[in-house]
Amino acid sequence: MSTGNMNLTLKVWRQKNNNAKGALVDYKLADISPDMSFLEMFDVLNEQLINKGEEPVVFDHDCREGICGMCSMFINGRPHGPKDLVTTCQLHMRSFKDGDTIVVEPWRAAAFPVVKDLTVDRSAFDRVIAAGGFISVNTGNAQDANNLPIPKMQADAAFEAAACIGCGACVATCKNASAMLFVSAKISQLALLPQGQPERYRRVQSMVAQMDAEGFGNCTNTGACEAECPKGISLENIARMNRDFASAKFISEETV
Amino acid sequence: MSDINSNIPEGELTSKWTKYKSSVPLVNPSNKRTIEVIIVGSGLAGASAAATLAEMGYKVKCFCFQDSPRRAHSIAAQGGINAAKNYQNDGDSVYRLFYDTIKGGDYRAREANVHRLAEVSANIIDQCVAQGVPLAREYGGLLDNRSFGGTQVQRTFYAAGQTGQQLLLGAYSALERQIGMGKVEMYTRHEMLEVVKIDGKARGIIARNLITGEIERHFGHAVVLGTGGYGNVFYLSTNAMGSNVTAAWKAHKQGAYFANPCYTQIHPTCIPVSGDHQSKLTLMSESLRNDGRIWVPKKKDDNRKASEIPEDERDYYLERRYPAFGNLVPRDVASRAAKERCDAGYGVGASKLAVYLDFKANTERYGKIEASKAGNHNPDKETCMRLGTAVIKEKYGNLFDMYAQITGENPYETPMRIYPAVHYTMGGLWVDYNLMTSVPGLYCTGEANFSDHGANRLGASALMQGLADGYFVLPYTIGAYLSKEISVKAIPTDHPAFAEAEERAVGILNTLINIKGTKSVDHFHKRLGNIMWEKCGMARNEKGLKEAIEEIRALRHEFWSDVRVPGTADELNTELEKAGRVADFIELGELMCIDALNRNESCGGHFREEYQTEEGEALRDDENYAYVAAWEFKEGVNFELHKEELKFENIKVAQRSYK
Repeated sequence: MSTGNMNLTLKVWRQKNNNAKGALVDYKLADISPDMSFLEMFDVLNEQLINKGEEPVVFDHDCREGICGMCSMFINGRPHGPKDLVTTCQLHMRSFKDGDTIVVEPWRAAAFPVVKDLTVDRSAFDRVIAAGGFISVNTGNAQDANNLPIPKMQADAAFEAAACIGCGACVATCKNASAMLFVSAKISQLALLPQGQPERYRRVQSMVAQMDAEGFGNCTNTGACEAECPKGISLENIARMNRDFASAKFISEETV
Repeated sequence: MSDINSNIPEGELTSKWTKYKSSVPLVNPSNKRTIEVIIVGSGLAGASAAATLAEMGYKVKCFCFQDSPRRAHSIAAQGGINAAKNYQNDGDSVYRLFYDTIKGGDYRAREANVHRLAEVSANIIDQCVAQGVPLAREYGGLLDNRSFGGTQVQRTFYAAGQTGQQLLLGAYSALERQIGMGKVEMYTRHEMLEVVKIDGKARGIIARNLITGEIERHFGHAVVLGTGGYGNVFYLSTNAMGSNVTAAWKAHKQGAYFANPCYTQIHPTCIPVSGDHQSKLTLMSESLRNDGRIWVPKKKDDNRKASEIPEDERDYYLERRYPAFGNLVPRDVASRAAKERCDAGYGVGASKLAVYLDFKANTERYGKIEASKAGNHNPDKETCMRLGTAVIKEKYGNLFDMYAQITGENPYETPMRIYPAVHYTMGGLWVDYNLMTSVPGLYCTGEANFSDHGANRLGASALMQGLADGYFVLPYTIGAYLSKEISVKAIPTDHPAFAEAEERAVGILNTLINIKGTKSVDHFHKRLGNIMWEKCGMARNEKGLKEAIEEIRALRHEFWSDVRVPGTADELNTELEKAGRVADFIELGELMCIDALNRNESCGGHFREEYQTEEGEALRDDENYAYVAAWEFKEGVNFELHKEELKFENIKVAQRSYK
């Protein structure tokens, strides 16, 4: 079915379910086209497995255009593979060479338990957002949008933090499995905007508390998260979060 | 002519909604606490409704098949969201947004719904900004706008090329807030497999836990489907891999009419297919047509590189054919024009199934402006291109990066190659003015319903409709129904109706597992997609549609006797999930062809080759087809047509012209 000429060896993590023991399994693939995306290469593998009567590799994916944050493969030791600033679904086989051996594992972190094969459970991220990653405004209570001018630089900075897709690459790559880049991106987005001020210090405390409760590790400033983030979310966000978290202890009279 | 009631309130168009809101029955706070609402889908239409209903005090359960509500496919919308704010002082108004939408839909949408949509559009922007959605701003701190197709004002709000992402994350944060407060119970990685009906009313759903395979029963006083569109019936589309029609189709089989299924939107600017391995297509936002000019060579089979073709040998065919709207004609018009050029032998690229989208002229123009801001009134070309590229990068950077990543070409240097691809479905479950389907207590919002876009949706109107339905329409209209349900106690899920529905769902799963055939689910899906694209795609004709119906019926039989689904039903089984969805797509595909065959006219996205003007434009038949085709499912995959007449009391129906 494919028209290319790349031959590859894949070592793919197979694990029946969360309780089962997993292992890397070797697969040979021939005639892979360099124009295929990495996930399309997996489609070819799965089609072959099904035709042989075997179970296909389960992996998370959905939009396949780099925005939903669902795809999550750890490829040759790097989340989303060898290229900077792309998700696995936007990684193309032209980034590999004929004859390559490619090792594909799931995200590994205590807070992201493996569900099956390459699929992990990232619901911890949702619970961190539920703890405070919002502005408390019910539908129907908003004033005219232009009654609140926001300097462009500030709005742009908030947007850059808000571009996080919640994929979890930052956690997967961190030796401490820290979620600080993810958590701080949301905290920063809202802390940079005037709408986010009323709950600013309450928010940082409750989100950090939930982050700790989920079992994510601490930050030791290696910067791997920033380097591997497919959306280029900046480490500055972590600094901002830490500042707000420290300030909250002095400024805020609220306790969470 | 109508044999179904759309329940449009009496009175002047402009005051219908206001009067309705003031007179709709309310549910008092203590009763809301005991009324349960099920919402299926967590995209813009689902998440906004779930959050708002929970804020109002209802008990809400929300379901999505993804691992988090934040991943619903609304996230991938790029260009923007329309609103009649008139911030640009260019003469916009509620009426103009209403008018543009009706005209853009080729006079096949309901006036009352569209006017309501235009009325609440401004509230959406206010709400999103209040939530902290970082929409693009100007240096003065006010919100920025851009143009989209089919309009002559700038009313599109945006956040770079990630507007859907930012709006969805806003709705998601509102939803998570309610989840955190215990007012919404969220069920991720769950797929709805059946609607449960008791005494004719929707009273719950059967859902499958996709991780464990467990079948669950959930009661609701009302059920809302915000489950998105069915573009994946074509296999290749810009939809996410998981986007499906299953929830809507199961509802259809339980009595909800399916309206205008043949109205599909083929988006003009997508990255062309690169090979057989292609699993999905990627959109390049319509906003690019603000600054990109579309052209093909004037010479047939011209194999020169774009840069080697001089200006006077290029055919800017949209500007030539439609001088008033130029590159910003509506999507259906732009798509057909691209197909026409490629079919005539003027296509570009290896496949010859592509046209150029070229940013050079506008890059240079922006560069000139930037240079002049810096005091250089006579910049050379190189300076212009350098400064202009920075402007283009700020506006569309992420789209250009995506294009480069997928094609391996640099769009800052060579024009993009683009071709139309399936993008959105205007058809969907039939709903009345209240957004209720033909099953009492079963509602449908967003792309999953048929209501607001007629035969063609204008760019930046999908986000508007999804959020309008979820934040500002459904929360009111559902009260009209629920106010009569306050004395109904939660029905235990051991009720026979739940058992029957579960039996239906389990029966299908077991059948699929036990066929143990020889071909994968994708094999059938690709064949279905091929039939649909060739015979029910951008252009359709009677002969092709009749063939397609026969081919799809044969494919359905083959599927049910030869599909291979490995694994079991009591575990995470992605092939089983796909098989169920493809089974429903096959039935839907047949209905789409039947609907397209029934509609002996061309309108919007539905182009029947037999019905066109001398210039090749869509030729409507208002005398015989100014109706919504609402299909009722009958035993054995048969369909019965019901008609809702469309009355245009405020807009003069005319031949659509963008010349």
